[in-house]
Order: sequence, then C-alpha cells, then structure tokens
Amino acid sequence: MSHDHALAHEHRMAPYYWVWGLLLVFTAVEVALAYQHLRPINMLTILLALSLVKAAMIILFFMHLRTEVTRMKIALMASLVICLTLMFTFFSDALRIIQLGPK
Amino acid sequence: MADLAIEHSHNPGAYEPPLFAAYSKKVGMWLFILSDSLTFGALIFAYSYGRISIPNWPTPFNTHSIVNASIMTFCLLSSSLTMVMAVAAANRGDQVRTVRWILATMVGGLAFVILHAREWAGLVDEGMTPWANKFAGGTVPQFGGTFFTLTGLHMVHVTIGVLYLGIIAWRSRAAKFNHEDVEVSGLYWHFVDLVWMFIFPLVYLMSTKL
Repeated sequence: MSHDHALAHEHRMAPYYWVWGLLLVFTAVEVALAYQHLRPINMLTILLALSLVKAAMIILFFMHLRTEVTRMKIALMASLVICLTLMFTFFSDALRIIQLGPK
Repeated sequence: MADLAIEHSHNPGAYEPPLFAAYSKKVGMWLFILSDSLTFGALIFAYSYGRISIPNWPTPFNTHSIVNASIMTFCLLSSSLTMVMAVAAANRGDQVRTVRWILATMVGGLAFVILHAREWAGLVDEGMTPWANKFAGGTVPQFGGTFFTLTGLHMVHVTIGVLYLGIIAWRSRAAKFNHEDVEVSGLYWHFVDLVWMFIFPLVYLMSTKL
C-alpha cells in the first residue's frame, strides 16, 4: 500500500474511530449515572435516551445505513420505530400499577 | 461461447434495478434484523416493566459485576470496530486483511462469551436460576426469568455470530465468499453489538447495588 493510499484509507476510517470513541464515552456516562442513585423511572428514561443515540450511531455508521438509498432508510426505520412504539405504548402501565399499591 | 452472449441493451425493462439499490442478501439480513429487534424489544420491555412496577425488584449487581459488564461492553464495541475494518478490507479486495480483521472480531466475541459465562456462573452460585432467586427474600422470581431469557438469547446470538464469522473467514480465505458476504455478516455482528447497547444499561445499570 503506497503512502497516499494509506493516508486515504486512514481518512476514510476516521469517522469510525470517532463513533467507537463516542460509544465508549456514552457507556462511561451511563456507568457514572448508576452511581448517582436516581429514581428508577428517571434513570430508565435517561438510559433509554442515551441507548437510542448509541443505537442510531451504530446503525448509521457501522451498519452503513447513511449510505443506503432514502427509500431503504425510510422502509427499514419507519417500520421498526412504529412497531417498537406500539409495543412500548403499554409501558406507562408499569407506573400506574406501582401507584395503585397500598398507601 | 462469445457467440451465445445475450444482449440486454434492447430490452432494458426486463432487468429492473433492485428497489432498494442493494443486493438481495443485504436486504434479507436487514429484514431478519428488524424481526429480531422486535423479539429483543419485547424482552427488554418485559424486564423494564418489572423493574419499574415492582418496588422490591432485586438489585444484585455490585461494582465487581459492573466492571465485568463494562469490560464485556468494551470487547463487543471494539469487535464492531474490527468488523468495520474487515468490511473495508473486503471492499478493497484485500483478502488477507479481511480474514485477519474477522479473526480479531471473533476474539472480541469470544472474550465477551467467556466473561458473560463467568458472570452467569457467579449468579448461579448465589442461587439465581431462571425460576427462582434468593434476592429480595425470594419474592421476585421473575427477575431470574427475565434476566436469563434476555441475556441468554443475546448470548446465543453472539455465539452464533462467532461461528458465522468463522465460516465467512474460512470461505473468504478460499475466495468462495466475496465482499457482499462479509458485509452481510458485519450487519449481523453490529446488530448483536447494538442489542447489548440496550441490555447493559437497562438490565445491569438499572439493577445496581453501589
């Protein structure tokens, strides 16, 4: 591999190193949060939000969805988000149950 | 054979470009990933629902468990990076580096499996099974059920992934598989990593004793 080829290769791979580093940083933030002893529902909300950002980075960069055609992006992600949202609609019931307990 | 070559240019409509501008193996793997996401979504939902709705949900994961799970996360995240390298090498037609990076990915996956199995053994020693556990006075048996189902299914995916990558590396070396097969196996491996990005915080960090 010539010097120019090696440089071009490094340049192309740079975003992936950044994504890997950011994923590690996000994970470290999550571990630090575990030591803050937040209320479970608040902790769950923050962790879920951070996990969604991490998932988006993996899908867009590592799984190369950002380089696919728009209709593939929409078909794949819209169906997934709709199905998961429908599934998680019932999650608020978990909070209702805990509030129904003996006072 | 040249005189038998079929000329397509007169009838371009007979060979339409694929709808998603991608080869069928890639679309197939994406569809599998979508369906698998729903399976994992349901299991994560079940665990999180129990965690929020049951006040005395067990919190057995101490600093040692969290350090262990963090190292597992590092192994899996790094194996995703090496898989990206393998796909890039395959796209360049660099067979030697493709195989090397796939082997590095397999090492990361194996390290994850070994650390996870060791952690499971520790939990089983503490009396935790998929049916019962001593935590919280044994009043929340579904903790073991949801934990082992979720982490077990993920572990099965990682183990199958390591075997899958082994086959891809072996066949790539013999030039039986091409860059498309490496990319498709990469999609699967990144998905396994992606699922762990939810399991680690939502299962381990939500049930800590720190």
